[in-house]
Amino acid sequence: MTATDESIYQVESLIAEDIDAYLEQHQHKTMLRFITCGSVDDGKSTLIGRMLYDSKMIFEDHLQALEADSKRVGTQGDQIDFALLVDGLAAEREQGITIDVAYRFFATEKRKFIVADTPGHEQYTRNMVTGASTAELAVILIDARKGVLTQTRRHSFLTHLLGIRHIVLAVNKMDLVDYSQEVYDAIVADYRAFADSIGIGDFTAIPISGFLGDNITAHSPKTPWYTGTTLMNHLETVELDQTLDQARPFRMPVQRVTRPNLNFRGFAGTIANGVVRPGDAVRVLPTNRTSTIARIVTMDGDLDQGVVGQAVTLTLADEIDCSRGDVLVLDSSPAEAADHFECHLVWMDDSEMLPGRSYWLRIGTQTVTATFERPKYQVNVNTMEQVAAKTLGLNAIGVVTFSTDKPVVFEPYAQSHDLGGFIVIDKMTNATVAAGMIHFALRRSKNVAWQPLEIDRSHHARMKHQEPIVMWLTGLSGAGKSEVANEIEVQLARMNRHTFLLDGDNIRHGLSKDLGFDDADRVENARRLAEVAKLMADAGLIVIVSAISPFRAEREMARDLIGSEFVEVFIDLPLAEAEGRDTKGLYAKARAGELTHFTGVNSPYEAPTAPDIRIDALTTSPKEAAAEIITRLIPLR
Amino acid sequence: MAQPGPATLTHLQRLEAESIHIMREVAAEAENPVMLYSIGKDSATMLHLARKAFYPAPPPFPLLHVDTTWKFQAMYELRDKAATEAGMELLVYQNPEALAQGINPFDHGPLHTDMWKTEGLKQALDKYGFDAAFGGGRRDEEKSRAKERVFSFRNAQHRWDPKNQRPELWKLYNARKHKGESMRVFPLSNWTELDIWQYIHLEGIEIVPLYFAAERPVVEHEGLLIMVDDDRMPLAPGQVPQLRSVRFRTLGCYPLTGAVESTATTLPEVIQEILLTTTSERQGRAIDHDSAASMEKKKQEGYF
Repeated sequence: MTATDESIYQVESLIAEDIDAYLEQHQHKTMLRFITCGSVDDGKSTLIGRMLYDSKMIFEDHLQALEADSKRVGTQGDQIDFALLVDGLAAEREQGITIDVAYRFFATEKRKFIVADTPGHEQYTRNMVTGASTAELAVILIDARKGVLTQTRRHSFLTHLLGIRHIVLAVNKMDLVDYSQEVYDAIVADYRAFADSIGIGDFTAIPISGFLGDNITAHSPKTPWYTGTTLMNHLETVELDQTLDQARPFRMPVQRVTRPNLNFRGFAGTIANGVVRPGDAVRVLPTNRTSTIARIVTMDGDLDQGVVGQAVTLTLADEIDCSRGDVLVLDSSPAEAADHFECHLVWMDDSEMLPGRSYWLRIGTQTVTATFERPKYQVNVNTMEQVAAKTLGLNAIGVVTFSTDKPVVFEPYAQSHDLGGFIVIDKMTNATVAAGMIHFALRRSKNVAWQPLEIDRSHHARMKHQEPIVMWLTGLSGAGKSEVANEIEVQLARMNRHTFLLDGDNIRHGLSKDLGFDDADRVENARRLAEVAKLMADAGLIVIVSAISPFRAEREMARDLIGSEFVEVFIDLPLAEAEGRDTKGLYAKARAGELTHFTGVNSPYEAPTAPDIRIDALTTSPKEAAAEIITRLIPLR
Repeated sequence: MAQPGPATLTHLQRLEAESIHIMREVAAEAENPVMLYSIGKDSATMLHLARKAFYPAPPPFPLLHVDTTWKFQAMYELRDKAATEAGMELLVYQNPEALAQGINPFDHGPLHTDMWKTEGLKQALDKYGFDAAFGGGRRDEEKSRAKERVFSFRNAQHRWDPKNQRPELWKLYNARKHKGESMRVFPLSNWTELDIWQYIHLEGIEIVPLYFAAERPVVEHEGLLIMVDDDRMPLAPGQVPQLRSVRFRTLGCYPLTGAVESTATTLPEVIQEILLTTTSERQGRAIDHDSAASMEKKKQEGYF
């Protein structure tokens, strides 16, 4: 009987003889979530399969199927091939279905475990980052025959980036190197040098064989030279994050206000850090109002304390404003709020990050609008080198600064995953396109104050006897935007109106001289146009913007920035017709391959779905179009 | 008088907190959420967690039972009682076409599940315009669930696209969607079968008595022990239901749900039996045997 069989036997006899004692034991278990990193070749599936098997989480019918499969397709002769238990993912790859994060569950007498199992190749970086985000420990598998590989470095970097404190270096397949201490020591030394170089302070190395079970649940007689812990023992005893998080000052993002009647107002949320007790002085951020905790309310009665990770409902002694998105913090040690940050960003979507574009950003229970600047650098995940980048594509990781439209209550990710980790959502598709980890707030945002102005925009407008407006003309190259824009200005001049025409091409000779025509630069150009148009509207002018502005998201950004004065005018000419006219000869050049990123040819044009005004440029002359626009927008005096 | 709170959280307390967090996120982000309630032990646990999540208010959404008319009588009895106790509105939906055509598990095979459950669910969600629906699915149930998100996005046709799932990091769930699209939300994703039983035991949650062993009239039907719950059960000539001490590991339509022979009459005994017996939970359900990849296919079509 092996040690594993023996411990299963002991658990079984406890279950059989004294189920109440077993249940009592089981209900006091703690939980550890961990991630396994490595590829199938490293024996990852075999190791997970063995842990499931050893903890008796495999049912008889699964086991029968497993034994049958092992004989049929297994790679281990007559032995059970544990890998087949978890290799749903491999099958999926062949079928071209999802390669994804799979979660598996097992328990021992001391702990319940949730394992995030993700594929190890570089093209699945986002999957690994997802799995690592909820893990407290990472098992990094190394094939003892191969040693530290590029993917070992990548996996280590990613787990470290996601703030996983416990790293286990599982040197696997020791049976295939004759349990050689020399081989093991060399690998550990090699890894230690690398770990030091990226800031991993400490790790636990264990020589194992997932296939034969060495040093998994019991010390292996084959490695007498190894005196450290077994893998399972380490997983069962490693310090949990909640111990550390509990020592930090209290923070709770408010999810929702519970208000069953006028006499009760409770703030529901999950405690991100620390401990809370009735009588504690707290502060609501970002409004900075203070109060004290009155009650910790649960269905089982009020509690005398709430701890990190607990979902509670708190009531306050005073009637103060507090709602979803606010954060309750310990008054004597509050968190900060800021609107300009540096972060690590992991891009997870097929469409690349566009600096200057507005995205939704979710952090805790706060949702804000955020715009990213150009990456300071991208990290090569295999070599950890910093490389220059204009943007971030799928699976790219970079250091980026961003600003938000209102203050965000935060903590550096290193101190709080709940208040420092965020996701980024595309405003058009609603897809989750990135995840980020805040390093710190940039002080600039605190030192640049808004100067109050004596003469405001309505004063400017009154002096000119007109209502400012921004007419944003969008359409394909050659659709006739410039002609219409010119005609509008001419006709308005006759009406003694103060106007200015901002031409998308002209602005590129000066303000946007540094920008090209790829997607990222187009977004930035649109942002500059919108900012300038807004300033001119503030000055009381009627502004006519003429720019292809091919992306819906940027026109929406301009609308958000400029506000109610923004009018989207779609100069609608079919592509074939615009190309046929080819007033500037650009389509011909683009078709000849001389121009890249040319809208309509090798760069998309996202037509407005509901423009404020649509001009059919096939049937309407510029003069008529201008007259129509003016009639609809400019009140006659 | 306040009672002592926990010093740190056990695994069940962490699972409880996670489920409550998820439910509150849905209540805050969705316009018109609903909780699917199928009366089994997972639904009972989910309902209990919902009551905890919003206490002292009742959960801010109704319960929806997509009925097939073929559930066990004991299930219908507990359903109405549980909704009343939670102070929640109970909506019961039966697919009118299935009703009109008399769709049943004996004559119609897989069509029974398709019309009553898959179609019935879609019709009900459309009828009431629900944009988020809680389901009791767990990742440990079978392989295709192991990789499903907690917030599972469905297009306007209720289809699940396993290739196009949103990454879920930390405790952050993206519930944004366009009009007509919806989310299925699984707050019990990280619970195992044993966790559920343990929690029911600790919290004293009421479950359908069919989970406990008793003498019940059963017949053998296509390899399963089927309880004759009413006179719609067609018996072969000469076939007489036998009284045997049985219980059920899962509950669904009675003609599709196999009983297991058992003497476990208390919750600890049931848990003991689960731990010592060795067939996985879904084995007793006829629905999974139809084809190997059946669950993934059903989910893509809109089954929960």
